[in-house]
Amino acid sequence: MKLTSEDQDMLDGKYGKATQKSMEILTILGEIFEAEDMIDVVGVQIAGVSYDNLGEAGLEFLSEMAEDGKVRVLTTLNPAGMDRENWRALGIDEEFAKNQNRALDAFAKMGIITTCSCTPYLIGNTPHYGQHLAWAESSAVCYANSVIGARSNREGGPSALASALTGITPRYGYHLDKNRQGEVLIKVNAPVKGTDEFGVLGKIIGDKLVKLGKKIPYITGIPSASIEELKSFCASVATYGGTALFHMERITPEFDTYPKPSDIVFDINQSDLDKARAELIDDHLEIDFVSIGCPHASIHEIATIAKLLKGKKVKKEFWITTARPTKRIADEVGYSKIIEMAGAKFAADTCCVVAPIKGRFKGIMVDSAKACYYGRAKNKFKVKIGKIEECVEEATK
Amino acid sequence: MKLNGRKIYKGKTKGKTIVTKDGISFYGGIDPDTGIVVEVGHELEGQSVSGKILVFPTGKGSTVGSYTMYRMKKNNTAPLAIINEKIDTIIAVGCIISEIPCVDMIDINLIKNEQEVVVNGSEGTVEIID
Repeated sequence: MKLTSEDQDMLDGKYGKATQKSMEILTILGEIFEAEDMIDVVGVQIAGVSYDNLGEAGLEFLSEMAEDGKVRVLTTLNPAGMDRENWRALGIDEEFAKNQNRALDAFAKMGIITTCSCTPYLIGNTPHYGQHLAWAESSAVCYANSVIGARSNREGGPSALASALTGITPRYGYHLDKNRQGEVLIKVNAPVKGTDEFGVLGKIIGDKLVKLGKKIPYITGIPSASIEELKSFCASVATYGGTALFHMERITPEFDTYPKPSDIVFDINQSDLDKARAELIDDHLEIDFVSIGCPHASIHEIATIAKLLKGKKVKKEFWITTARPTKRIADEVGYSKIIEMAGAKFAADTCCVVAPIKGRFKGIMVDSAKACYYGRAKNKFKVKIGKIEECVEEATK
Repeated sequence: MKLNGRKIYKGKTKGKTIVTKDGISFYGGIDPDTGIVVEVGHELEGQSVSGKILVFPTGKGSTVGSYTMYRMKKNNTAPLAIINEKIDTIIAVGCIISEIPCVDMIDINLIKNEQEVVVNGSEGTVEIID
């Protein structure tokens, strides 16, 4: 692998131990994946932030890196295990909060902007077309590659941190044109609308890709899609299919950059959508928890929730998970007051996937197919997917 | 017999092998406090990998596995070295941050269980002694 003299200096330890360790990680990954050289990244997004995932081991590693490590590029974080301000009201214990803050302090010491969100592209860590990134959150990587046309591999916690401290990443995978072509043509022959339905579509496509052993779908038959629908789709297709890039005809920017795949073609009809939706609704449900914001709710979604909740009272635990900056906007324009008056709770900086809530609830209702997957697998809840309006109705009934 | 592979992480060490044909997930698959494989149905279920040369085809599972390896190193429950057929990112990063010598691109069918071997992560070689 070709290294510049600056790369070599970092590897030789001229910029300290944390930078050296970072370069070791990046050069070895580069050699494994046969990268020719390193490229500059304009932004980094780090996963492995929740203490629930990091544990003492991860925290110890971060503390060691924070001894002399400093970021070279714009870097933000994935959701943490708790709301940094409102953790007590969400039932997080003191010990967990202390440990979570130790991890966030270590990140801050390295110069990382400690906004904890899976939607960095909504809150200022916002790349444009063609830029190179080292992002870790799987739904955000999928959004950056597909919807924005930026370029990132699916990084792990340590490799994303390594890119933050060096400003570079090995040139392989989705950074190269040759790895960005659609592999499977998917024709959607039914109307798809709402965050829930785009999540259901993501599950069908993700499951299909796993069976085919393919990664990049090329999707036709979707006339339009909002930011919220696309972020829901990204989260779902990344969760169920490991997908980091898709093309959607006349919607995503690279849809006509590469040839349209024609070897493998499959159709999605209304019956497929109905069947997949049914798979995201468990039997013998008792819903005692409703959560919206997987991926993190946009200000538009929060406005919708405020409108639906105005003058009502919630009767179940109801979380709106979002990024701290988005919550600040909601505070400013009065949405937060309406939502909190109704008895719903904001859980900023965190989400129902990474918070330590395993077994705390019996059944969760969400508008996100990704949240269904982790609700079952990680938190042992029964799940139900529904439209945002149906989620609010369930919470107030 | 000396096998030539690819260097992943530096360091030379001698020890006894523990070999499996199953993939390994350090996160959830191995108890970091004891080094014992806890994945249900795994070929090595119930056996400890601590202080041994761990030989397996490739890694699997969550990226948190790299941190689990780091925790095992701090707990003195980590394997002495790792030999893979084809390395994946989780194991590679785990070896780098935990400073565990590692070699890949080795035909692991040539290595038996409880054999004494020398792993040279700096050269990318494995020497079978007995």
